[in-house]
Amino acid sequence: MTPFQTARTLALAASLALPAPLALAQAPDPADWAQVTEAAEGQTVYWHAWGGDTATNDFISWVGDRVMAEHGVTLEHVKLSDTGDAVTRVLSEKQAGEDADGAVDLIWINGPNFAAMKDAGILFGPFAEDLPNWQYVDVDGKTVQTDFTVPTEGLEAPWAMAQVVFMYDTADIEGPLPSAEAIRDWAANNPGRFTYPQPPDFLGATFLKQTLIELVDDNAVLGAPVDEADFQAVTAPLWDYLDALTPNLWRQGRAYPASGPAQIQLLADDEIDLAISFNPNEASRNIAQFKLPETIRTFVLEDGTLGNASFVAIPYNSGSKAGAMVVANYLMSPEAQVRAQDPEVLGYNTVLDMQALSDEQRAAFDALELGVATLSPAELGRVQPEPHPSWMTRVTEEWIERYGVVQ
Amino acid sequence: MSRRTISGAGPFAAAPVLTVLVMLGPVAAGLAGTLLPAFGYLPAAGLDAVSLDPFRDLADWPGLWPAMRLSVTTGLAATLLALGGVALLFAGWSGTRAFRALERLLSPLLSVPHAAMAFGLAFLIAPSGWIARALSPWATGWERPPDLLIVQDPWGIALTMGLVAKEMPFLLLMALAALGQTDARRRLRVAQAAGYGRVAGWLKAVFPGIYAQIRLPVYVVLAYSMSVVDVALILGPSTPPPLSVQVVRWMSDPDLSMRLVASAAALLQLALVLGALALWRLGEALVARLGLAWIERGARARLADRVLRPLGVVSGGFSAAVILAGLAGLAVWSLAGFWSFPEPLPRGFTAQNWMRHGPGAWEATGLTALVALASVGLALALVVGCLEAEYRRGRALSQAGLWLIYLPLLVPQIAFLPGLQTLLLVLGFGAGPGPVILGHLVFVLPYVFLSLGDPWRAWDGRAGTVARALGAGPLRVLLRVRLPMLIRPLLTAAAVGVAVSVGQYLPTLLVGGGRVPTLTTEAVALASGGDRRAIGVYGVAQTLAVMVPFAAALMLPALIYRNRRGLHG
Amino acid sequence: MAEGLRLEEVVICQGGAPLVSLDAAVRPGEVLSVMGPSGVGKSTILSLITGSLAPVFHFEGRVLLDGEEITAKPAEARRIGILFQDDLLFPHLSVAQNLAFGLAPGGSRAARRARIEEGLCEIGLEGFGPRDPATLSGGQKARVALMRMLLSDPRALLLDEAFSGLDQGLRAQMRRLVFEHARARALPVLMVTHDPEDAEAAGGRVVDLGSGGSGG
Repeated sequence: MTPFQTARTLALAASLALPAPLALAQAPDPADWAQVTEAAEGQTVYWHAWGGDTATNDFISWVGDRVMAEHGVTLEHVKLSDTGDAVTRVLSEKQAGEDADGAVDLIWINGPNFAAMKDAGILFGPFAEDLPNWQYVDVDGKTVQTDFTVPTEGLEAPWAMAQVVFMYDTADIEGPLPSAEAIRDWAANNPGRFTYPQPPDFLGATFLKQTLIELVDDNAVLGAPVDEADFQAVTAPLWDYLDALTPNLWRQGRAYPASGPAQIQLLADDEIDLAISFNPNEASRNIAQFKLPETIRTFVLEDGTLGNASFVAIPYNSGSKAGAMVVANYLMSPEAQVRAQDPEVLGYNTVLDMQALSDEQRAAFDALELGVATLSPAELGRVQPEPHPSWMTRVTEEWIERYGVVQ
Repeated sequence: MSRRTISGAGPFAAAPVLTVLVMLGPVAAGLAGTLLPAFGYLPAAGLDAVSLDPFRDLADWPGLWPAMRLSVTTGLAATLLALGGVALLFAGWSGTRAFRALERLLSPLLSVPHAAMAFGLAFLIAPSGWIARALSPWATGWERPPDLLIVQDPWGIALTMGLVAKEMPFLLLMALAALGQTDARRRLRVAQAAGYGRVAGWLKAVFPGIYAQIRLPVYVVLAYSMSVVDVALILGPSTPPPLSVQVVRWMSDPDLSMRLVASAAALLQLALVLGALALWRLGEALVARLGLAWIERGARARLADRVLRPLGVVSGGFSAAVILAGLAGLAVWSLAGFWSFPEPLPRGFTAQNWMRHGPGAWEATGLTALVALASVGLALALVVGCLEAEYRRGRALSQAGLWLIYLPLLVPQIAFLPGLQTLLLVLGFGAGPGPVILGHLVFVLPYVFLSLGDPWRAWDGRAGTVARALGAGPLRVLLRVRLPMLIRPLLTAAAVGVAVSVGQYLPTLLVGGGRVPTLTTEAVALASGGDRRAIGVYGVAQTLAVMVPFAAALMLPALIYRNRRGLHG
Repeated sequence: MAEGLRLEEVVICQGGAPLVSLDAAVRPGEVLSVMGPSGVGKSTILSLITGSLAPVFHFEGRVLLDGEEITAKPAEARRIGILFQDDLLFPHLSVAQNLAFGLAPGGSRAARRARIEEGLCEIGLEGFGPRDPATLSGGQKARVALMRMLLSDPRALLLDEAFSGLDQGLRAQMRRLVFEHARARALPVLMVTHDPEDAEAAGGRVVDLGSGGSGG
């Protein structure tokens, strides 16, 4: 699962765009890494990241220990309940003329929030592709230079790969469900045993997109921005599908879990038997931590599932840009990537290219074992590309109107 | 020959003015910061076309009516039930041993943070919660949790229950304070001697006097219940949520035009609260008229006792049981290994959750304590200054002054905090503990004032006369005689202040810009993740953070003045 | 007459209406008893003299102590001792600390200690210094209160129903003790009471505020 709770409207943020380089005068040059590390020493980096997942919180805390030990950078995790809060904070600061030392130094981001910040011109950079560890990143094999089809242009650095899987309880479901239609039919026979996080939660919105991809005949239309004239026609199958599914959801769709982890708790409490996840390893990790029963397994849809990368970006008004770059660089290091992929820690797939690593580094990745409920890369199958971010925004808006305010 | 008086407030004359500024300045500034954007004026964002568009956009939101309805119904129902429960408890039981036991049980529960209570309740009543586990499968036949919409129900019943349980201890303590001034015991005796049933006699002879004194606290409960955010996030529905929660969502939207809608909705929330207060006021008049007619009819209603007395003790017990069982649930989860439905207890207990989340919680405790101690210290200094000025001028607090103190508690937080956040940024205050301390001060001050006011005024002024006659100046009298003699109420007021500060969610979140993670903001952030073990750790830590100061307030005077029996009366 | 306490045409008003008036002089060593039913304003006169008159009251006239007007002085500078019905010992201080609070400042620590112990001897409470006042009997507390007042070296003494809280036996004993000390120090004493026995024991003049206002 990933942190971003909300899909956002881009139009206004775009209209606010100011001339790009705002307060870059004293900013360190990422190409001069020695100068960056020197400037970073003693800085405090406030990393705004969703705080709802304790495994991720622990990982960030570990990163903090490492960058303190190696570079003297203090990392403070500001635990958000909604990533939009941090985006708003930076926008508010820009309104108020706080251009030199804003509250946010680093932000875990992707999709519509990234697009909004990029269009508003409130990101520092480009910096990502000048970081020393960029040399290891798998630029060709992984979608690390576009974020929901929007070019990253070095404004954000990737640190984890995610792919949609479904977690199911083998005690209640016999085997994998191959398609969206199969999920709907299963729910009809087992009412009240499936749900998804309430959009605009990021994972909930992801379920809508995943279903949309399944149901739309020609996926090419999703790669371009939404054309309002066609929107209803393109998405009609999705709404028909949800109209049929919703009465058979947990609580008949009158309530939804707030987030991915809240949905896991429902799975653990045996309130539901099927749940979506954006981390192929999430089920295994939770089983290992006694948070899910041992009967949970995962599956992907036959036509493949959505995948994307998680990024970190630096706001234009961060007062600790050098420190923030040191953290971003460390996140892409083989050491941090091995730990992130360790099923007992996080289990996110790496963004690195195995061929670019030394034998020793590669061996560390090879030594990781697949979790009991984790699919192998071959079993994970085809990765579907993300639609343009405007689809997430519009589909979420439409969902809220149709299902989010019905009571 | 001249007409003269003695005295004057001296250096303390500035305290009341300063206090009003500190308390109401942020409210007024925040309201202004909400008012302008509601009409489309947010020049910092390049929006300066004054119009009614934000209200039009608000009206177009399909969830508006249910969100408004929820705010009004949960607020009114929670206030009515909490007040009714407290009234029945007093009517049926005041002066009895059972009442004293409940009083002792409920008083400390007043300080349990709202968020911790809400987590506890949610786990208690959910279909997979503790009550269902205790009864399954032997009584219910449930092998799996039933698909029942109990928590987050669209009618806001769970939210209302949570608010009732949490507000009852508050009204109980307020009513207890009022009880001493109404000569309740003898009034009840007169009524019973005239043949009235206990409940009817109390309601007719004592309740009107009590209600007159707890009217403002009741209004606070109403305003709070209508606009609460953290409890509603946990127990309230989400399709749509109550209006106040939706305002927070719009506030955090990166699309700045949503801030205009949020401001319009915040104003609407304020109007709803004012409307509900007016409605309540009308209801008061109606009930008073009906009550007088009831009194004039002279019905003794002795039989009603058989129903109403048990109801009173049940309502008091409900509040205590919900909060205590909820806290117990949090404690168990914080120690739980694997725990599946329908097992009533975890399969194993482990310290692992505390090892994992303990360090983070400990760090948050440090900031929580810093903010609480600083805001409470400032509040105590200001309140003592005010009370001393009041004493030296020899003028009691006017009714208008009392309203001023209650004002920050009556204006919904959501109506002025967003505006305040923008204002602080414009003024160039960086995010950090400083502004948060000032933000907390707005809410800590009234409670410290209310808590310390009565004991301060009850102090025997002749002790001051004697000390002055012995040659002590006014400042020496204050420092050497009055403050030490009032050590107990001073520490209690400080503990109340700490509890208020620890429980603040919105002021910490909005004013602190996320850079001031306290136990409460961390706990509510974790709530979105639903990790019950982590929530358990933070909930327990939050509860300890308010209980420890109360214990200290009880124990410190006993320790410092262990050989001074006269202080412990 | 310059020596002693003098109230010159004192009128105390509340909300513009006269409440009580008194014109009187008390010579050093003399006791003047002011009597009258409750509510007549007896204690209000005392609070004017001590400097603790509540702001709701206004007054006319002058109060002179040894020829010097004192009404403009702050309460703590007037050196007028007062005893109430209750002992009003400070509960957070020990007996010795209560006395030290009263003892006029100055002198070495040892000298002060010695003076306090001496005072305790005078009232028959030798060695009671470290005690908690709450553990004392009513009579003992009254004596400590008296000594605390005397140690502050007052120039006049006011008694506000000072004996009405004590039971019969103690009352006579306490009266004797107070009047003896006042006479020995040549203090003018103004006593407010509703008990004729108090006035009788004082043996001085009596003003009755209940029967037609001011007297002299």
